[in-house]
Amino acid sequence: MSQYVFIAFQDNENARYLVEAISEDNPHAEIEHQPAMIRIQADKRLVITRETMEEKLNREWDVQEMLLDVISIGGNVDEDDDHFILSWN
Amino acid sequence: MAVKAISEYTAVPNDLVENFNGMQLLYVHWQSHIMFCAPFALLVSPDATLPEVFASHIQPAIAPHPESVKVKYDDIQWELNGETFKPNRTETLLAQGIDHKSMLSMTTPGLNGLYNVNF
Amino acid sequence: MTATKKLNLKQKYQYLTRDMDWEPSYQKKSDIFPHEDFEGIKIVDWDGWEDPFRLTMDSYWKYQAEKEKKLYAIFDAFAQNNGHQNISDARYVNSLKLFLSGVSPLEYAAFQGYSKVGRQFSGAGARVACQMQAIDELRHSQTQQHAMSHYNKHFNGLHDAPLMHDRVWFLSVPKSFFDDARSAGPFEFLTAISFSFEYVLTNLLFVPFMSGAAYNGDMATVTFGFSAQSDEARHMTLGLEIIKFMLEQHEDNVPIVQKWIDKWFWRGFRLLSLVSMMMDYMLPNKVMSWQEAWEVYYEQSGGALFKELARYGIKPPKYQDVANAAKEHISHQLWTTFYQYGQATNFHTWIPKEEEMEWLAEKYPNTFDKYYRPRFEHWEKEHKKGNRFYNNTLPQLCQVCQVPVLFTKTEDPTAFSHCDTVHEGERYHFCSEACGEIFADEPAKYVQAVLPVHQIYKGKCGGPDLPNVVSDHYHINIGEDNFDYVGSLDEKRWNEIKGIKPLNKDNDAA
Repeated sequence: MSQYVFIAFQDNENARYLVEAISEDNPHAEIEHQPAMIRIQADKRLVITRETMEEKLNREWDVQEMLLDVISIGGNVDEDDDHFILSWN
Repeated sequence: MAVKAISEYTAVPNDLVENFNGMQLLYVHWQSHIMFCAPFALLVSPDATLPEVFASHIQPAIAPHPESVKVKYDDIQWELNGETFKPNRTETLLAQGIDHKSMLSMTTPGLNGLYNVNF
Repeated sequence: MTATKKLNLKQKYQYLTRDMDWEPSYQKKSDIFPHEDFEGIKIVDWDGWEDPFRLTMDSYWKYQAEKEKKLYAIFDAFAQNNGHQNISDARYVNSLKLFLSGVSPLEYAAFQGYSKVGRQFSGAGARVACQMQAIDELRHSQTQQHAMSHYNKHFNGLHDAPLMHDRVWFLSVPKSFFDDARSAGPFEFLTAISFSFEYVLTNLLFVPFMSGAAYNGDMATVTFGFSAQSDEARHMTLGLEIIKFMLEQHEDNVPIVQKWIDKWFWRGFRLLSLVSMMMDYMLPNKVMSWQEAWEVYYEQSGGALFKELARYGIKPPKYQDVANAAKEHISHQLWTTFYQYGQATNFHTWIPKEEEMEWLAEKYPNTFDKYYRPRFEHWEKEHKKGNRFYNNTLPQLCQVCQVPVLFTKTEDPTAFSHCDTVHEGERYHFCSEACGEIFADEPAKYVQAVLPVHQIYKGKCGGPDLPNVVSDHYHINIGEDNFDYVGSLDEKRWNEIKGIKPLNKDNDAA
């Protein structure tokens, strides 16, 4: 039985990089485009990795920068210097 | 159940009858006429009779409904606070138990609202 | 000289929050934090508190400042470029009137509430999270007012929101909701607001208003919405954390938390009935129906959440079946109510257009054409005859949620689900069994409720005639803020903006 975690963020300039990084690190994630918003959901777990984002952006990136663009989340959060993880147990 | 509180906690009800300047609250619900979105809240004298209240308060309240002109006082079936009730024409509200914050429900046989949905 | 290593996120957070805390040496902890125990919640070890976002004050200011700069630049651009002219239709502005008087004051109340509980917890992590949320909520209150202030220059009904929130009959619904939460203890407050409102039900407030803004060309409100939502993500995690923390700390907490979940789901659901009518009736360009929103944002999302909480012995909210069944009815019943009391509102009401009724019929195949279309067509006919219906008799209000007793039984949508009780010699009336149960659990709280209809009848709102109450006590400008949208000054102004010439009496274009 599926239990989806999700993250929704603003569809702005940063969004492209987040979508690319998340798709690469989470092959099971589903990406949905809505007006002005991108919603990504995944069964049980989703991770945003600083290393992947830095590779996409070609600059240093702070995991907490993502807070500027996030609209809504569903799931337990685990955040440190290298990852932002959403999961259900 | 008691409210959990940081000290002794008592409360005085905000709507005791003595706060209404000699008047009382009465709610009236015309069954099967949901054009009126909720039961009516009326301010009436406890010393009025029910026919008086019907004329002064209830008829004006229901007047916008097309069926209201057909409502005859004597044909109304009443409930008081959920129990079947046969009101007295001459006794005051209070004397026959229609006390503060009571609710009267009116059923008008043959008049069940419009459009087959009790409107 | 050795180079100092940069602190990582977890360390920085530890030093700037937990390590600033201390064990008191000459005062009793129970004197410093006197409100932690009375609710019966048992906390064994505050070190069990997890801080998902680990935001320190320096990061907070940095990110919030950046958001503010972007946001106010857009507010300026919106105002300078007459952005109000780009909305779909001036009827849309009425949803902003409802928001500014009904919701924005709740942001301010939340600021006060979180400031207060932010001092009450002996755990530093909880204190930090609450203090940041308090500032967030103040920010939301301010930015909402800025977002909508431009509309106040061009449309009616927006001029005195704080006073209206405190006095106007239907605004006691949101006001009493927050008063109830703020007069509770700190753990109930977080369960009510952080969990039930900011986690379980939040999307049912934000998506309708913010997507409604996006679909109807309101750039200012859309931008506010996105700017606030990143704050909301933090609020949501606080909600989930407090609930898990309480449930993990002691098994005795489980029944207390369950009662709060039941109560606050229901109070939140009743509050959101105002939003249901906004979604279905007040947006010229529709986002989705209330029924659809409820299915996605409560039935599906809530389902996943309560599955997670089942391991603690928590069950889904007690009356959720009633709420789920009501999704096909409440928006129509609420609009019916505000339509007929439109002489006493700070926003306009109207009959939906034919194409809107087609949309409603499609979205509500089981209920709209049978129960609700007939009434709107009836009232449209009456309006055309010069008899626009206004209900001139005050309604019975529910003692707990303070909404008029307009809700109906699940099995019969033409019969009110009214119930009543006698408590210590006084009779009290409710819209539903669920509200009656909330009363029965804490009667001393609700016997004191200030019900607007009763206040009018006590002579505490001026009057005694309703028009005088509306103008003098509510500060609603008669003939400007209230009555039907058709024929209003807002409609006239909109037609002027759009260069639409009104039809003259003979139905020829002027």
